[in-house]
Amino acid sequence: MIKYSKSHEWVKKEGEIGVIGITDYAQDQLGDIVYVELPEAGNEINKGEMLCTVESVKAASDIYSPITGEIIEVNEDLEDSPEIINEDAEGKGWICKVKLSDEAELDKLMNKEEYDEFCEKEG
Amino acid sequence: MTKSKRTPLYEEHLRNGAKMVDFAGWEMPIQYSSIIKEHRQVREFAGLFDVSHMGEIEIVGSDAISFADYLVTNYVNKLKNGQICYTPMCNKKGGIIDDFLVYRMANNKVLFVVNASNTDKDFKWIKNQKGKFDVEINNKSDEIAQLALQGPMAQELLSTISQIDLETVDFYHFTQGRVSGIETLLSRTGYTGEDGFELYVDREAAIPLWRKILEIGNEKEILPAGLGARDTLRFEASYMLYGNDLNETITPLEAPLKWTVKFEKDFIGKKALLEQKEKGITRKLRGLEIKDKAIPRHEHKVYLNNKVIGWISSGMFAPTLKKSLAFAYIDKGSAKTGTNVEVEIRKKKVKAEIVKLPFYRGSVKN
Repeated sequence: MIKYSKSHEWVKKEGEIGVIGITDYAQDQLGDIVYVELPEAGNEINKGEMLCTVESVKAASDIYSPITGEIIEVNEDLEDSPEIINEDAEGKGWICKVKLSDEAELDKLMNKEEYDEFCEKEG
Repeated sequence: MTKSKRTPLYEEHLRNGAKMVDFAGWEMPIQYSSIIKEHRQVREFAGLFDVSHMGEIEIVGSDAISFADYLVTNYVNKLKNGQICYTPMCNKKGGIIDDFLVYRMANNKVLFVVNASNTDKDFKWIKNQKGKFDVEINNKSDEIAQLALQGPMAQELLSTISQIDLETVDFYHFTQGRVSGIETLLSRTGYTGEDGFELYVDREAAIPLWRKILEIGNEKEILPAGLGARDTLRFEASYMLYGNDLNETITPLEAPLKWTVKFEKDFIGKKALLEQKEKGITRKLRGLEIKDKAIPRHEHKVYLNNKVIGWISSGMFAPTLKKSLAFAYIDKGSAKTGTNVEVEIRKKKVKAEIVKLPFYRGSVKN
């Protein structure tokens, strides 16, 4: 099950772990991504806190964590191939994995249908 | 806020799937598919840009040439009819009001092709300088559409529909004739570092010409390209962008535009520029290569030994060179090529080196 935030991140629950990335809509808005400043594994992150920065040809964009927990893994493939996010934002383009501190936070995020509607209004 | 302006090709851009953005009060295509893809398209084959937002200011009259020469720093009287020069236009302090191309149409007529963001400002400034010069100044911007076909294949492709013999049009020269039967002013100029042409037509002719040009080649050979790629292409070729790299507080001597300043003639700003030349400039635009994985942006600060020595005017990831590069105005004493400096990018200092410009030389025939 994938949940979405208003700041255009997604989180996929895999047991106690939440996999985080930016949405397909977000990558399309940003355009070609040329550099990802990855977060650090081992760090604690709070919901709504800045997780990392993604640089597109046009600008730098801050990415916010949709959930609270400890970062246990980052997607190192993005280091040399940031374009993976453009190609597969909600799959191979994941940014990091977080050990969920509070699963109830997921309930407050949007489902796919709600998120699509949200984007339509924003666009 | 006033409503955004649209070029005659607005609907075509939407049809081509463009992402539209506001640029200097114009709704313009920033990209059709991907900035990097469109950038490569122009470097390797050919890309077609709608640059109809650019302004065209015409000066006509018996003093047209001498008035133009008084307005801009480069020579207009040394141009032949049919020849073009690039030039800054300065205020009395030597600050750059705008930078543009001057087309010498005839002994009594010149055309300035100016930045969209400066068209109104330029027009007003030029009218205010008229004094006793026998000239008429006309803003033709709303009547003229401009397309730019750029890339190493531009000539080969365009020649198939051009009634003008493109071989006879030299770099920074223009001619008037027909392209696909449409009355066109065509110049071998551009803003990409590649060979190519800029085509000026009546507003009404923009759509037929745009469609015809895109039909010349297959999808590999020619595609529309947006303002995003125009910016990355001009940056690699190390052309200045007004508003980023140039403004009214920067002089041509500080920018890498000394070659456009002709002290042998009289022009607005000459006194200030001569004074600056004699005293020596205190800062200079230099190239920077970022050594760490980060991208400098406009107004980021440059440091040497923890002291601010300059600021970034343009910075980006250069798609052809695959490097993070920047232009920066650096204090003269610290501006030597090879100097290791730091750039502060979002509170983090990253390593950079001062390098020579241009970053890249393409197929342009200069």
